[in-house]
Amino acid sequence: MTTSLADVASSDITLRAFLHGLPGVDRVGADQRAAMLGTRSIKTTAKAQAIDLAISMVDLTTLEGADTPGKVRAMCAKANHPDPGDPTVPKVAAVCVYPDLVAVAVDALGGSGVKVASVATAFPSGRSSLEVKVSDTALAVAAGADEIDMVIDRGAFLSGDYLKVFEEIVAIKAACGTAHLKVILETGELATYDNVRRASWLAMIAGADFIKTSTGKVAPAATLPVTLIMLEAVRDFRDRTGRQVGVKPAGGIRTTKDAIKNLVLVNETAGADWLSPDWFRLGASSLLNDLLMQRQKLATGRYAGPDYFTLD
Amino acid sequence: MFEYAPAPESRDVVDIKPSYGLFVNGEFVDGGGTAFKTISPASEETLAEIATATSEDVDRAVQAARKAFGVWSALPGAERAKYLFRIARIIQERARELAVLESLDNGKPIRESRDVDLPLVAAHFFYYAGWADKLEYAGFGTKPLGVAGQVIPWNFPLLMLAWKIAPALACGNTVVLKPAETTPLTALAFAEICQQADLPPGVVNIVTGAGETGAAVVAHPGVDKVAFTGSTEVGRIIARTVAGTTKKLTLELGGKAANIVFEDAALDQAVEGIVNGIFFNQGHVCCAGSRLLVQESVQEEVLDALKRRLGTLRLGDPLDKNTDIGAINSAEQLAKIRSLSEIGEAEGAERWSPACPIPDKGFWFPPTIFTGVAQSHRIAREEIFGPVLSVLTFRTPAEAVEKANNSPYGLSAGVWTEKGSRILWMADRLRAGVVWANTFNRFDPASPFGGYKESGYGREGGLLGLEAYLDV
Repeated sequence: MTTSLADVASSDITLRAFLHGLPGVDRVGADQRAAMLGTRSIKTTAKAQAIDLAISMVDLTTLEGADTPGKVRAMCAKANHPDPGDPTVPKVAAVCVYPDLVAVAVDALGGSGVKVASVATAFPSGRSSLEVKVSDTALAVAAGADEIDMVIDRGAFLSGDYLKVFEEIVAIKAACGTAHLKVILETGELATYDNVRRASWLAMIAGADFIKTSTGKVAPAATLPVTLIMLEAVRDFRDRTGRQVGVKPAGGIRTTKDAIKNLVLVNETAGADWLSPDWFRLGASSLLNDLLMQRQKLATGRYAGPDYFTLD
Repeated sequence: MFEYAPAPESRDVVDIKPSYGLFVNGEFVDGGGTAFKTISPASEETLAEIATATSEDVDRAVQAARKAFGVWSALPGAERAKYLFRIARIIQERARELAVLESLDNGKPIRESRDVDLPLVAAHFFYYAGWADKLEYAGFGTKPLGVAGQVIPWNFPLLMLAWKIAPALACGNTVVLKPAETTPLTALAFAEICQQADLPPGVVNIVTGAGETGAAVVAHPGVDKVAFTGSTEVGRIIARTVAGTTKKLTLELGGKAANIVFEDAALDQAVEGIVNGIFFNQGHVCCAGSRLLVQESVQEEVLDALKRRLGTLRLGDPLDKNTDIGAINSAEQLAKIRSLSEIGEAEGAERWSPACPIPDKGFWFPPTIFTGVAQSHRIAREEIFGPVLSVLTFRTPAEAVEKANNSPYGLSAGVWTEKGSRILWMADRLRAGVVWANTFNRFDPASPFGGYKESGYGREGGLLGLEAYLDV
């Protein structure tokens, strides 16, 4: 926690006063701004640049009950070589799996530079005790996870118990050790944009390295206006504290067009400093193949069929 | 850095003829005056030669309109509606072409002509088409006035044409319309649309030319109703011309709107609203939020955010789909903006613009803000009609109202606060035709628009817009 916000979380009262003192978000205006940025026309060289950047920002994700070591190994191979026929395609940023499969992913990706992220803290609902959440995190960290994607306790947040949410994040951050902490706000359950802004600040003050929109298990997931508000939050947080926090929209980003709209949002809201996998990620699974398809189309002028891109 | 590559909208959709005549009695005819050129303000290239209508030409147009009035006003409202619906649909079908034409001739970004102007133009015709057979329920009677002489400005050429022509025709009037000298092309394209829609000849007549042509339209004894949108200066001349006649008059004139930001506003959206209020359409908007009144307690925060936001505005080729700020419409207007900005500096206000490359050719002015502006400065009182924002501060809601109302104009105002009761309190006290709450420069055909004081009189749009075209 930085000095200027050190006292904010000293009590429930100060924390509530701070979060409720943040400027409100006008839903109509925020939706309009996001929609306007969605009309930016990104073509030719800019598109090529955006596609490669987007590929390098993907957190390739599988979070299913049916996940197996074989499935995770296949996904890791894809993460390392998104297009086996074209070595100029960048690697993705990370793979994202459940804690019990972290070891498999670490083994498959050793030395590749692709990070291993693990969801934790009773993902996706977050409905368990703090002890369970901490040991869930410890399990993933011990298995070699580079990044932890935790969920906040939305029940506590919506009932106004901000301090409980704060303390959980602090505890998980401690359990992370050197692993980076992404805090999932599950904005689809927070419902209002004011809540999204408050939850963003709450997570950042508590020590989040990244704030992430969604688990992907709740609709709506990452909408453009929600990502816009989170980008405003990290921008304002850095202005205030000097510390830069990353943003990860996750869920519902399926096409190259969606990905590029997100990059435009980053570029014109938080700014160019965030246009790197260190500060912006796209949590997705099916997006990668669309990016590859559009990349090839741009290079060759032709679309290849879906059978020319690997399904993993 | 993420640089957006040029993304120009294709010019191939428009087919600009080398020269255009006047549209009188359903046909294009030669004008008696010396033809003039209309240019693209972004490149200064000549787009076409345009005929100048002399007073004899105007007379012929008024006679054609008079003759058509008998036929048109006798049609049942539902029949007139059919024509208006048809025109609205053709506008939608040709929207892309009209948007490109508007951006070429006016200099406004294609994003705005495509996403704002054209959808509103079509919506206006659809809206008033709906009224044509329901006039008896509007409360202003059903008797049209006769021939309407209409003079429109260059800032929203086709949209202002729609504001004028749609209600006039719906009520059973016929029109003689003069588009602005610098932006006649979409009005002439509209003339083609009238032909395409099989509108009876003489119902719509378009006469092009400069101020003298406009004066001839206004002064013509055969005109029953004058509608003008433009400067207060010309509005005064028109009011004098019309005085003592039986002509009905509506005027939409200048403005110096206050955009009032309270400390409890949703600040990110307020900043967007400030940008949209004054930099939309290069500030060539009569209801532009050209005076920012910001509560002193958040002044610094708002200005920092505003300056950062201005740094992301993209100035350049109006046909590029990513352009936010296009060209100033004419050399004359550019000179006026420059002169008032220099006066602002001389008066002691602090001038700021983001680093912003300016194209070599064409007429351009960077987005500019003046801080430290006082009520007594000319840039706080006079309409600049360009991308120039004057920033003033206030301490209390009462002071905000006092400063906002302390202007010879009264066209629009904006209020930014998360407190609903304050919005109502402010709206009650602001002497402005339109008060926007937590938004700015939003238009809808169902919403009346018009001014107080030197901003003019009469209302356009909505149910009230019918009153101006009926013999009440």
